Amino acid sequence: MIPTREEMKATLVLRQGKELTEKCESVTVAICGLGGLGSNIAIALARAGIGKLILIDFDKVDVTNLHRQQYKASQVGMHKTEALRDNLLEIAPYIQLETHTLKLTEENLTDVLQEADIICEAFDKAEEKAMLVNTVLEKLSQKYLIAASGMAGLASANSIKTRQITKHFYLCGDESSDVADGMGLVAPRVMLCAAHQAHMVLRILAGKEE
Amino acid sequence: MVKINGENLDIAGKTVTQYLETTTYNLQRIAIERNGDIVPKTQYSETILEDGDVLEVVSFVGGG
Repeated sequence: MIPTREEMKATLVLRQGKELTEKCESVTVAICGLGGLGSNIAIALARAGIGKLILIDFDKVDVTNLHRQQYKASQVGMHKTEALRDNLLEIAPYIQLETHTLKLTEENLTDVLQEADIICEAFDKAEEKAMLVNTVLEKLSQKYLIAASGMAGLASANSIKTRQITKHFYLCGDESSDVADGMGLVAPRVMLCAAHQAHMVLRILAGKEE
Repeated sequence: MVKINGENLDIAGKTVTQYLETTTYNLQRIAIERNGDIVPKTQYSETILEDGDVLEVVSFVGGG
């Protein structure tokens, strides 16, 4: 039996208060890349009652994703946008979702992200991260941007941090553990970094911007 | 003096491009903030660093 919209909202209000719950409800967050970071950010934000998510990824779920990304073995071969939409709607049936199965580029980025209030960068490749950050800060400078860099390997969980770089730009991660250097990404440390990003979204909404 | 990533450098008068040429940054993986604003990539060669400027070069690593 699925709870009603009112029941679900009431439980959020009890925990995080009416003001923050209504802010969450009215905000649109874009998640660029639906891998280890993006799929975990999306689930955390859906649970927190974010009103609308824009989900962007060109790729399909692969068996090599299952060790860290929030997909099921039965979803291998599906587009990540569709698989994550299904998973999110099981968790938060009243959330609004907009999906874009495409590769974000300097050219299409401003159109796709136009409606977002807060943008989470959750790409895999360093060059793509830099492209998104440069383009958003230059062309969509009024939006909040939360990017991630450095979360690979088995270094301490405590080295993952959130740092404010400019008024609207935050960077999460240890800023050094490159996926190319060692054993690659492990689920808990990627989840930590994703949690930092999702948490910063809530902090911005609560007016705790630093 | 120009402060870049916390370090004071005697490079006022040089452009961002001239500074980057003295470093090992991969230009495809960086974003540069100067006094609170992003420096557009197309303006690296025209942006002249001034005494008192505070910059941060954010260099991304892969994984996500």
